[in-house]
Amino acid sequence: MRLELKGITKRFGILVANDAIDLVVESGQIHSLLGENGAGKSTLMNVLYGLYKADAGQILLDGKPAEFSGPGDAMAAGIGMVHQHFMLIPVFTVAENVALGHEPTKRGGVLDLDAARALVRKISDRFGFDVDPDALVEDLPVGVQQRVEIIKSLARDAKVLVLDEPTAVLTPQETDELMEIMRGLAKSGTSIVFITHKLREVKAVADTITVIRQGRVVGEAKPSTETAELASMMVGRDVGLIVDKKIADPGKVVLSVSDLSVLDDRDQRAVDHVSFEVRAGEILAIAGVQGNGQTELAEAILGLRAIHSSDGDISISGSSVRGKSVRTILERGVGYVPEDRQKNGLISEFSIAENLMLNGSFTKPYTKGLGIAFATRARLADERVKEFDIRTTSALTPAGKLSGGNQQKLVLARELSREVDLLIVSQPTRGVDVGSIEFIHERLVEERNAGKAVLLISTELDEVMALADRIAVMYRGRIVGIVDTKTDRAKLGQMMAGVAA
Amino acid sequence: MSTETKKETRESWKTPTVMGSLAAVVLVFFGILGKPETVSFELTGVRETVQLPNIDVASNILGIASGILLLAMAGFAALQVARNVRSSIWLSVVFGAIALVALLGWLAGGAVVPVAFILGSALVLAVPIILGAMAGVMSERVGVVNIAIEGQLLTGAFMASVVSTLTGNQIIGIISAMITAALFSAVLAVFAIRFLAQQIIVGVVLNVLAIGITNFLYQQWVTEDESATNSPGTLPIIHIPFLGDIPIIGPVLFQNRITVWLAIAIVIVLWFVLFKTKLGLRARAVGENPLAADTVGINVGRTRFWWVTLGGLLAGLGGAALTIGSSGSFGREMSGGLGFIALAVVILGRWHPGYATAAALLFGFSIILRIWANQVSPGIPTNFITMVPYIVTIIAVVGFVGRSRPPAADGIPYVKG
Repeated sequence: MRLELKGITKRFGILVANDAIDLVVESGQIHSLLGENGAGKSTLMNVLYGLYKADAGQILLDGKPAEFSGPGDAMAAGIGMVHQHFMLIPVFTVAENVALGHEPTKRGGVLDLDAARALVRKISDRFGFDVDPDALVEDLPVGVQQRVEIIKSLARDAKVLVLDEPTAVLTPQETDELMEIMRGLAKSGTSIVFITHKLREVKAVADTITVIRQGRVVGEAKPSTETAELASMMVGRDVGLIVDKKIADPGKVVLSVSDLSVLDDRDQRAVDHVSFEVRAGEILAIAGVQGNGQTELAEAILGLRAIHSSDGDISISGSSVRGKSVRTILERGVGYVPEDRQKNGLISEFSIAENLMLNGSFTKPYTKGLGIAFATRARLADERVKEFDIRTTSALTPAGKLSGGNQQKLVLARELSREVDLLIVSQPTRGVDVGSIEFIHERLVEERNAGKAVLLISTELDEVMALADRIAVMYRGRIVGIVDTKTDRAKLGQMMAGVAA
Repeated sequence: MSTETKKETRESWKTPTVMGSLAAVVLVFFGILGKPETVSFELTGVRETVQLPNIDVASNILGIASGILLLAMAGFAALQVARNVRSSIWLSVVFGAIALVALLGWLAGGAVVPVAFILGSALVLAVPIILGAMAGVMSERVGVVNIAIEGQLLTGAFMASVVSTLTGNQIIGIISAMITAALFSAVLAVFAIRFLAQQIIVGVVLNVLAIGITNFLYQQWVTEDESATNSPGTLPIIHIPFLGDIPIIGPVLFQNRITVWLAIAIVIVLWFVLFKTKLGLRARAVGENPLAADTVGINVGRTRFWWVTLGGLLAGLGGAALTIGSSGSFGREMSGGLGFIALAVVILGRWHPGYATAAALLFGFSIILRIWANQVSPGIPTNFITMVPYIVTIIAVVGFVGRSRPPAADGIPYVKG
């Protein structure tokens, strides 16, 4: 099916998320929608899917105008969507998830789960998905959950399939498999809209590329276009893709983790007998796909997650911190940038100045007796805002009003405002614009050059390779291996899928 | 791709610990320190067609025997934990049953335990709780927290009594009770879905409103002439031929008012609809992940509205069971916290109609136990006996619940972008 978007405009208040966007996706084509986080890609697709109502513009399917008042209409018209955050019910089986919304029934509305299972098997076999219809979705790896999403769309005879940042949660191997699936689907006549900000993937799989910046289409490109050119189209200026850094000069051991095991919220072993060291003046990156124990590892080091006495040890600058309170650990000289800044890194309703004092609320210079030293706080806040290039009108602006990149710089400013020996940084550039990424990367390298130990946890292989001095790859709670930065991508990809070095 | 998951759960010691302490209590207080009087367990009432002999046993012997048995079970549970094996729910159920028999024996030293009467009354007393809990299940399964069940039971009770008396027709009374309670639910639903109000607050307000309105009408109007407004009588007790004559089971299950059977039927139907039909699948999806349900074309607001509102019908029937289904007339604030017990029952029953019913029966049992024990054994401090329901709750929580997981979107309003 040929999909055409004409002059789609969508505003949220004064923010124009989509500004007269035109897009044509030919039948059986893989059309890549390339743009930074916040460029308006997801908004556009949510308009297409009937989740948002466009303020202006038209959707044409095979030349005929279509009007969707909800996702039900869009699906009926043959549009399927795989959302960035999966739209699955974790406690339902695969078959139940696929059936939901257009359930096969026997008499009287009684569910015909056998028919649903058969449908899942049919689609799964046809495209080689290898999905068990009776598995509970919450027990499946994300890669398989994504296939369930694709099956959901195909089960509704989708002619246009929209994939919103589908590779964010996948291993490189799973990404390759997904690309195979996309090619197979395109061959069978399905049109595919592939939304991403990853240039490598675009070049590998797309037939046509449309680049979006700040809600506008800034150009079309072919997959043969140079990476640097695509990058500058996407960002709007030349981008330094490489971080300058001199060779590391590691000093004494700052963080030492030995034989550590940690349970997650569901009492499963998330970190499994892990040992490593981080030295002063080096960046150790923990690479790996989301959900392989990185979160729990960081929380355990910080004392946010209990460690049983038989489950290994963590020491900072030579003395054990197991069982110590978070505050004690912070006072040992640890800075922490959590992976979800909005949930764990900031209090969105608090002002920038208030957020900056969160980790120093119990001590000088922020306190005066039992009260707050307001004048000092204001002065310090202004300094930090300037130093960390936080784009805001005033330090009294609520943190929630800042863009993702500025929020992240705020968290970093707070954590670096104390004397720290060890910096734990989790997903520092997730959902952050390219300008801020450059700033954050440079800042992290500076800290390392100043002799701090940096533990970088990232799922972005590019970021890991740009910043790390050594790379530890985590898979299912274990460290598959610790390698140097000369290791090639393919090798790292294999390690992220569990193949030992 | 391999999908094996590593289970790393450590079985908790709380079950064997609680079991062990309870077993010790039974052994020491009911057994060793117990009275050597004879207890007779009366299996059949005087007027029944089939007569079974009473079972006579010395109270302290029963205490010692059950104490030892319970200790053995606690030991078995401990062994299971040491082996990191989850002990079966049935172990807790049997444990609870034995402990209750021992308790009955201790309470009724020198007297008679009317087994069928106790079980039958437990069922009848549980009916309002069961129906209230079903209303709660329907509402929470789609993601709306309904703490106004108490108010709905109360309005249902009032309407059933007054309308039955005024019209002289108990069926009309029941129907008006159900509709009024459903309207209450509809108000909650509209506020929660349309206006995204804090559901707990709306629920509290509705409860206070129900108490206020019924108190006002009761004092200003109903008490003026009770015989004209508040004397509906009770529904007839229907005795099913043959089935009703089976010892124990007959009087408990097959000699009842229509409200009891309706409650049982509703539980079964609700279970079927919730887990076997398209409607139920959609409802559960809405309660787990409304956005996902929306993206497959399910109308979240409409689904929530109807499930919450229709749930109100059941709570109204539960209210009717309080008046024309048992006591025969309306009394000031007569729901007396049953609606809140129903809420607890929903959680105890893991949002499942069947388990919730089991939990409701447990509460029904502990209520009748309290009433009966007060009569049969006046020597025992009433404070102790009023504690019984709470002890039962603790055992139930430890034994059955483990870690229960509410519907993921329970209580969270759904806002469309």
